[in-house]
Amino acid sequence: MPTQALAERRQPATPIPPSGVRPAGSRWSWGFLIDIAIFLFVFAAIYGIYALGLSWLGPPQPQAKISQDPRSLPLYVFYSLVRIGIAYGISLVFALGYGYFAASSHSAEMILVPLLDILQSIPVLSFLPGVMLAMVALFPRSQLGVELGSILLIFTGQVWNIAFSFYSSLKTIPRDLHEAARIYRFSRWQRFIELDLPFSTIGLVWNSMMSVAGGWFFLMACEMFVLGDRDFRLPGLGSFLQTAASNGNTRAIFWGVAAMIAVIVLLDQLVWRPVIAWADKFKFEQVEAAGPAQTTLLNLLGRASVVLRIYRYVLRPALNWLTVMFAVSARRAVDQLAAPRRSGTRRWLGYALGLAVLAGLGLGMYHAGRELANLHREDYFDLMRSAALTFLRVNVALVIGALWAVPVGVAIGFNARLARIAQPLAQMAASIPATALFPIILLFLIRLRGGIEIAAMALMLLGTQWYILFNVIAGAMAIPTDLKEAAHIFRFSSWDRWRYLILPGIFPYLITGMVTASGGAWNASIVAEYFHFQGHIVATAGLGSAISGASASGRFDVLLAATLIMATIVVLINRFVWRRLYRLASSRFKLES
Amino acid sequence: MFASMSTATAVTGSAAAASAPIIEARRLEKFYRGPDGSRIQVIAPTDLAIYPGQIIAVLGPSGAGKSTLLRMLTGLSPASGGGVYWHGQPVQGETPSVAIVFQSFALFPWLTVLENVEAPLEARGMAPIERHKRALRIIDAVGLDGFESAYPKELSGGMKQRVGVARALVVEPEVLFMDEPFSALDVLTAETLRGELLELWLERKIPTRAIFIVTHNIEEAVVLADRVIVLGRNPAHIHADFTVGLAHPRDRKAPAFVALVDEIYRVLTRPDDHSRVAAPRDSATGTATPKPVMLPHTRPGGMAGLLEILADHGGRVDLHNLADELGLEVDALLPTVDTARLLDLLKLEEGDAIITQEGLDFAKGDIQERKAIFRKGALANVPLLRQMEQALRSKADRTLPDEFFRDLLEEHFSEEESRRQLETAIQWGRYAEIFDYDAATGKLTLTEA
Repeated sequence: MPTQALAERRQPATPIPPSGVRPAGSRWSWGFLIDIAIFLFVFAAIYGIYALGLSWLGPPQPQAKISQDPRSLPLYVFYSLVRIGIAYGISLVFALGYGYFAASSHSAEMILVPLLDILQSIPVLSFLPGVMLAMVALFPRSQLGVELGSILLIFTGQVWNIAFSFYSSLKTIPRDLHEAARIYRFSRWQRFIELDLPFSTIGLVWNSMMSVAGGWFFLMACEMFVLGDRDFRLPGLGSFLQTAASNGNTRAIFWGVAAMIAVIVLLDQLVWRPVIAWADKFKFEQVEAAGPAQTTLLNLLGRASVVLRIYRYVLRPALNWLTVMFAVSARRAVDQLAAPRRSGTRRWLGYALGLAVLAGLGLGMYHAGRELANLHREDYFDLMRSAALTFLRVNVALVIGALWAVPVGVAIGFNARLARIAQPLAQMAASIPATALFPIILLFLIRLRGGIEIAAMALMLLGTQWYILFNVIAGAMAIPTDLKEAAHIFRFSSWDRWRYLILPGIFPYLITGMVTASGGAWNASIVAEYFHFQGHIVATAGLGSAISGASASGRFDVLLAATLIMATIVVLINRFVWRRLYRLASSRFKLES
Repeated sequence: MFASMSTATAVTGSAAAASAPIIEARRLEKFYRGPDGSRIQVIAPTDLAIYPGQIIAVLGPSGAGKSTLLRMLTGLSPASGGGVYWHGQPVQGETPSVAIVFQSFALFPWLTVLENVEAPLEARGMAPIERHKRALRIIDAVGLDGFESAYPKELSGGMKQRVGVARALVVEPEVLFMDEPFSALDVLTAETLRGELLELWLERKIPTRAIFIVTHNIEEAVVLADRVIVLGRNPAHIHADFTVGLAHPRDRKAPAFVALVDEIYRVLTRPDDHSRVAAPRDSATGTATPKPVMLPHTRPGGMAGLLEILADHGGRVDLHNLADELGLEVDALLPTVDTARLLDLLKLEEGDAIITQEGLDFAKGDIQERKAIFRKGALANVPLLRQMEQALRSKADRTLPDEFFRDLLEEHFSEEESRRQLETAIQWGRYAEIFDYDAATGKLTLTEA
């Protein structure tokens, strides 16, 4: 049977015509239009790369003049998109490597997995001095250094949860599938392409969405910052908003926020929704779900002959060639009867690498220790007080978030009609980064007494409440109907309903949401407690503002100490509060089917 | 041809003389080291040879170690002692030239049928055109023609297992291993697939030289196999080895067939002495703690049903018929029978279950009387429950954490098995009102009468 015929049949057997489009018969011309659109897109991309090259390879301009003209927004949006895109690309590659390594070696696992916990709790700004100075030193003569610094900064905010998701997916691959891959002698590459990666795809997609949202959230901090006596400004949407905020230019703020909302909505429609629909095929289920996810764009792309051709004539042969290559070399390397032996040199290489890492760690600890020894006792006292304040703020924000999100989430989850309307709206609202709205909020709050305090908590709340809401909705939907009916028949009072049915039912979901929200709120404190607004710095005492302030003033010892304290607190809270609650949730409050 | 096949394999000794084994296990065993250094034997040193031209079926109660044996023979699970030999050469890692058909199918859901079947060929570095041809040929042979581009989730169970078989056969293995290949399917589909497999094998449509099939279904074993091996438990060992000399196609109603099934059935249900003989060598402490009797993982409720049926049948019934009547696999019935036997509520005699006086009282009693009988039987015959009761009684507050008992159990069982043993013991102890258990705190408290 010819290959083409099979490839064709991979498409849905009965393509559903996209709603609102001319009926059947015009399918070919529609595909043609898509082809044209794709070509146009390619030309635009080529121009964009040219523009980027001009700017990035040109002389360094750490303090680009940030225009406040709305007409410069398209270019700025493009710059920011490229930064987030590249940062995400690096994150994905790094996360795959990290997760794969952690899952495949037991000794690596013991170090890498707890390390992820710690790295995840370190806010982006703590990486700022190291990343930025290194990159600028690496490329002293071009803008590339500054750009790379900013990209790596975004990367540090995106990568960890993707890595963790990949690692835990790999650990949950069913034993049978592993054994099938082993008995049929898959090479490592084939196992990666045909088992590891597909099995992890859904987790990777959801975490990628979260990571990119995080990229937008911290965009302002990553595009414009002060580092000691050096002032960095990169042209982009984040710096546009930041400049508008510090100038108090209300008109520019609104334009910037509008542009950001537009970009995010477009990304959601053009990228994430098709990707989610596509990822549906990787669901590990034995029977077909009732209504498979579909999006118009995915259907259109699947119909566009360019995409098909690229897949058929470029991607598939390339993958095929790689698989065959790896298979042959693996065959050559492994004698038919002998188990793959670890060669002596490889083991020594491993030891040498381990030793080098240890030496590096030792050196780092020594220097860090000297930095920390510089600080006085008062400094530590100050930091502890700040930590206590931030702790209070984070938890007040969490409680407020839970207080409104639980009843609203349950209402939405129990009512299918309401869910249809409210869920897309909430998703839309959640995808707008709270930092972009923050200047607008500040405009109103700055005049109040204690307004900054409220604003800081508001930003934490805005950034994290959605995790709680979405999880509660999912939890409420998961409560079985027969339990609800039982509560109804036995005439539970509404208090009893909450106590015996709803709260226990949503508990595991609520905890999942709260864990994510708590981590997010701590990270958000660096932008929530310290802000450039109307020409001066608006700050309130706290660990986040200590980190931001230390980074801006070049006090690396304070930055280090504050980061250590924050990481310690977050990790301890996770260990001793959330993980315990989580265990309780998964043992006692698990609804077994 | 049928006749020659059944005689060629009549006696393993003469077959060995005729041809050398493809795969051979010599003193192959599996054990784990307990936390205290004690040895937990899962599979006793076993000799087993797979000769060309044979279908071997391995039967045994669930948890006996059938699958572990298969995984060791294929090289998926490393042996703790002894070795696997392939044409006389010792095997390290995966055994060459074998394929497995899994109970759960183990298909890649994101690959089409064709891609699933092609994957093992891809792994051998075969060029796409050649790969295609071979995959399509085998897909055709197993009756999947027309489903090449379907994804596994679009297929029924039987079709999925056909893909599993096609994927295994496409590599043209010398030995085809099948791990309960038909037990996830409904009865009719399973029967169809069995017939198709036999047809491929008997008419030499596939180059496979031997088939090794793990199953818990006696009739399936007798329908397919030239040789049936029955495994015993604690630790797993070859309990009996039958040669099936019946010509294909085999008639399930034929007297010889029925007699053989009954014979295997009797062996399978015969009390297996090994479980009590295998005394632990507790060299670390020097104290000889008696190895606790392994509890069958059942709930007390199911036993009541069995005893009631027994009582209704006049107190004696052939287990094979009973399983048939209930529409159950014998395998599903055995743990419950074991439980009742352990508590002295019934006896086994030559494949018949006979109810005892206590059993009769139990069947006739109300719930409180049943609990009392259960309690008496449990404390008399289940050392673990007796130990637990005594340990709890010796404490002033009559309370102990479950970890205490788990640690005790882990001296004799693997970590996983200890957890299951304790779970079962807690089920039974709660039912017998020996103790209460608080799952949230993990505390056991003696029930005061």
